[in-house]
Amino acid sequence: MNINKIKKQFPIFNNKVHNNDLVYLDSANSSQKPQMVVDRIYDFYTKEFSNVGRSVHYLAVAATNLYENTRTMMQKYINAKDPNEIVFTKGATEAINLVANTFGQKFLREGDEILLTELEHHSNYVPWHYLRKLKGVKINFAEINNDGEITLESIEKSITPKTKMIAITHLSNVTGAILPIKEITSLAHSKNIPVLIDGCQGAPHLKLDMQDIDCDFYAISCHKMYGPTGLGILYAKKKWLDALPPYQGGGGMIREVKKEGISFGDLPNKYEAGTMATAQVIAFGESIKFLNQIGIENIEKHESELTKYGEEVLRKNNSVKLVGNPKNKGSVLSFTLDGIHAHDIATILDEDGVAIRAGHHCCQILHDKLGLSATARASLGVYNTKDDLDKLNESINKCKKIFDR
Amino acid sequence: MDLKELYQEIILDHGKNPRNLRKTENFNKDAKGHNPLCGDKVHVFLKIDEKKNISDISFEGSGCAISMASASIMTDLMKEKKEKEVKELIEDFLQMIKESPEMKTKIISENEKTKLMSLSGVKQYPMRVKCATLAWHTLTSAMKNSQEETNTEKFD
Ligand SMILES: Cc1ncc(COP(=O)(O)O)c(C=O)c1O
Repeated sequence: MNINKIKKQFPIFNNKVHNNDLVYLDSANSSQKPQMVVDRIYDFYTKEFSNVGRSVHYLAVAATNLYENTRTMMQKYINAKDPNEIVFTKGATEAINLVANTFGQKFLREGDEILLTELEHHSNYVPWHYLRKLKGVKINFAEINNDGEITLESIEKSITPKTKMIAITHLSNVTGAILPIKEITSLAHSKNIPVLIDGCQGAPHLKLDMQDIDCDFYAISCHKMYGPTGLGILYAKKKWLDALPPYQGGGGMIREVKKEGISFGDLPNKYEAGTMATAQVIAFGESIKFLNQIGIENIEKHESELTKYGEEVLRKNNSVKLVGNPKNKGSVLSFTLDGIHAHDIATILDEDGVAIRAGHHCCQILHDKLGLSATARASLGVYNTKDDLDKLNESINKCKKIFDR
Repeated sequence: MDLKELYQEIILDHGKNPRNLRKTENFNKDAKGHNPLCGDKVHVFLKIDEKKNISDISFEGSGCAISMASASIMTDLMKEKKEKEVKELIEDFLQMIKESPEMKTKIISENEKTKLMSLSGVKQYPMRVKCATLAWHTLTSAMKNSQEETNTEKFD
């Protein structure tokens, strides 16, 4: 795999940041976009634009086909059984809200419990939190171990007879821990508990097979997968999409509307009310093509090598403390520096064109548990190289110089 | 962009060894501030006497060098000031951080103004302005003894 050739497909790297080459280490936040995705948005608006699913004219039919084509591509990409198991949303956040809201409405009662983990992003906690007030449900958190991992045992220990849903991340956006989601799903199903996976950090980096994992729901954020913003995907088993009520009401999701009442449309329209992010959906088809051209196995291999290299380099640097030490780790390197706050690190690195994230990364529960108010995080994408990690290390040393004056 | 200007010696000094980082005994006003974007937290304690003078001011909290230095320098300056003067200083400081090239107030010495001006390096780093202003907004809330947590996201 030729990373330089891959990197050339990303026009952002033609620009300088503070007169330096961009070292982009914030892909867990959002990935950069290849030219083919950007071009597809432009082409759709300039040559093919129409709303989908409504009119019968030429452009409308063509646009509808393109839109549905992405659904089928995604179905194949994650090996879902049926294209109707792919629901477009405005992001992973909306995908999780959709499940929390409709599942909560229909299946949860006072005293029922939802099991999350201490690793969860606010997007996989706050939507469930609403059900505390609305339904009187209780939320439990499976605890991390000293390495920042969630093990099958930790989940098993936290399941009670009242657990009605297990909602967990695939890959922690802070410690990088990859959870044993297949084993957790199988355990949950043996107790008749459905499982939602927050796949925001899993989908861009790991090979996905929904039928193999067998989870009930899997939430994806397209902008972290070399795709456009404003778009997410909810994978849900068809039996759930049939059983759950619609999430939002509006045009497109109905069958018949009378003054006395309404009947809802079939899948996938049932969950896609109103005009959707049409251009983004169509352009996301190019993101899938991009991933397929390289091959997710190759991406996994490249990123896993880089992660190991990054861990090595940072471990050798005495003032760096890595956050978490999971055995099975995805492309996230969170760290702290003795005596220098994460925000100061990020500002100093930025001057060298090194883009990282600093803060709690929308994981306050985890940071409280770790006793840290903020961490610095370097996260990787397919375009990163060992050179980027060396530059990261150099800039970290510069932080020390500035602060040790 | 100039990192040296942002991280001047005085800021690093106050950032690493913040003054008044403690809790005033028998404080009679306090407020908490929080910057949800970066997790910076500050809790300001005031003891105001019958003559409406600040007889003691202190803070607890954690955050970046800029926010700690700002709270440290601020609390140093506010000691023994009258309530009215505190308000004037806050306004003048925020004005300086936002737009004006210098501080206009006559309450403090040129030397003290220079100390505060050392925080003006954040002007070139828009995302960091809130780090410099958090303690000051929180002091405003403390003067009102506001129980509601000051949240920098509410300010621009
Ligand atoms: C683990 C995780 N879950 C959920 C989200 C939310 O995704 P989005 O903001 O795209 O809806 C993110 C992204 O920030 C994430 O990293």
